[in-house]
Amino acid sequence: MPTLDDRWTRTLMAVLSHLALLLVWYLFVRFGDVPKFVMPSPVDTAATLFGPRAGGYNWWTNTAVTATEIFGGYAFALVVGVLLALAFTWSKPLEALMMPLLVSLNMIPKVALGPLIIVWFKYGVVPNMMIAFSICVFPILLTTVRGLREVEPDLLDLVRTLRGSRWQVFTKIQLPGALPYIFSGMKVAAILAVAGAIVGEFLGSDKGLGYLMLQVQVTLDTAAMFMAVLLITVIGMLLYGTVLALERAFVVPDARVS
Amino acid sequence: MSAQPFIHLAGVAKTYGKGAKAHLAISDATFDVMPGELACLVGPSGCGKSTLLKILAGLHPHDAGTVKIGSDAVPFDPGRDIGMVFQQPLLLKWRTIVDNVLLPAEILGLPMKESRERASDLLALVGLKGAEDKRPYELSGGMQQRAAIARALVHDPKLVLMDEPFGALDALTREKMNLELLRIWKEAGKTILFVTHGISEAVFLGTRVVVFTAGPARMADDFRIDLPHPRTLDMKTHEAFGVYTRRIYKLLGME
Repeated sequence: MPTLDDRWTRTLMAVLSHLALLLVWYLFVRFGDVPKFVMPSPVDTAATLFGPRAGGYNWWTNTAVTATEIFGGYAFALVVGVLLALAFTWSKPLEALMMPLLVSLNMIPKVALGPLIIVWFKYGVVPNMMIAFSICVFPILLTTVRGLREVEPDLLDLVRTLRGSRWQVFTKIQLPGALPYIFSGMKVAAILAVAGAIVGEFLGSDKGLGYLMLQVQVTLDTAAMFMAVLLITVIGMLLYGTVLALERAFVVPDARVS
Repeated sequence: MSAQPFIHLAGVAKTYGKGAKAHLAISDATFDVMPGELACLVGPSGCGKSTLLKILAGLHPHDAGTVKIGSDAVPFDPGRDIGMVFQQPLLLKWRTIVDNVLLPAEILGLPMKESRERASDLLALVGLKGAEDKRPYELSGGMQQRAAIARALVHDPKLVLMDEPFGALDALTREKMNLELLRIWKEAGKTILFVTHGISEAVFLGTRVVVFTAGPARMADDFRIDLPHPRTLDMKTHEAFGVYTRRIYKLLGME
């Protein structure tokens, strides 16, 4: 009898729940007498991707554009967030000066910056990347700062009695200790990055899945809208999955911050 | 055994803060510890015993008095001859047990091959043979503290400072660790300074007990414990053991 601790059993159950949702969706549309423009069936949705009219949607280009915005904005936020946090731990005055400002800036609803970013930088891939960046840089920065601060004072004493350098404290204790925190920020940011890029596309763009959704909305092509949402979700899952895989590789189970 | 003391303290005092906020952390600390002794510093919270440990570790400067560690026969290098054990094991979660033990050797830049062999030997000494590649979370609190003791010994320091190392353990594990510490101390042949709240723990472990009182923080007494070695748990019921513990209770005003 397989138990829930078994990895394969758990994977199987996860697949089952997803298939069940798909089935409920199918049955609901099939027997619920739901108009196609309100809710298309899974078959209609899949047809937009594989059917004869699939070429008109430019799926590949639009998906690539949206994925570029999400991954690009996210990667940039990761680099800037971690580097800023490092700078703060190396310079107390810099932290005292900048941290309160960044906390205030974090209170700005980043989505509200969208129209401004478009005024300043026109529309396109780069402005949307910037919206994704602005929304996910803060969780990464704040969790990294927190993680780098979490050093046991007694452990610092131990290193000091051995005349250890600041660099040794940083590489042997501080940075590895901060990794679980950095990953927890990265997980939050992964979800936000997707939202940021799509909002950017809604506000102004000529490519991408968000742009496509606005186009097909006009003709009530709901099946294509469903497909676009699915593809956006898949991009998000790819990003989140990558972060999870990296966390598994670099952080021991006990140290993970959920 | 050298006739010269390994640690010599005379009139050591330390005050934190200035003016009205000044707080006397320790005063009148005057005692000697011979090489290879296990000296217990006992007293209530706020009596300055942990402050004294930090002064000996070179982490805090003292305001008055003399602190001398090392002698002609046993020279002392403050940059590498101190091992420390705290109330919490403070093992690095992401490192294996053996890599945790190796931390001081890495910081000092000691040759890694020899240090690794030494770490293995020390893990066997503290009763953690075979746990080299485990992670800290796979060990119990007592086991983690054993690893912390091995870490304090890996760079072969001459002085080991222990700040209530068994204070966070349950009573039974604590008794067991007391016996283990005596065995490790005999085999490793180190001078140990052991800070504790536990009066019977201090008498049971120590070759010498230094008593501190709080309010004002000062050293109250320093005497040898002439119980035979190896110590056994039934010594705690002996007449002499009671005489020593009563002497400490009296000094702490708990009679």
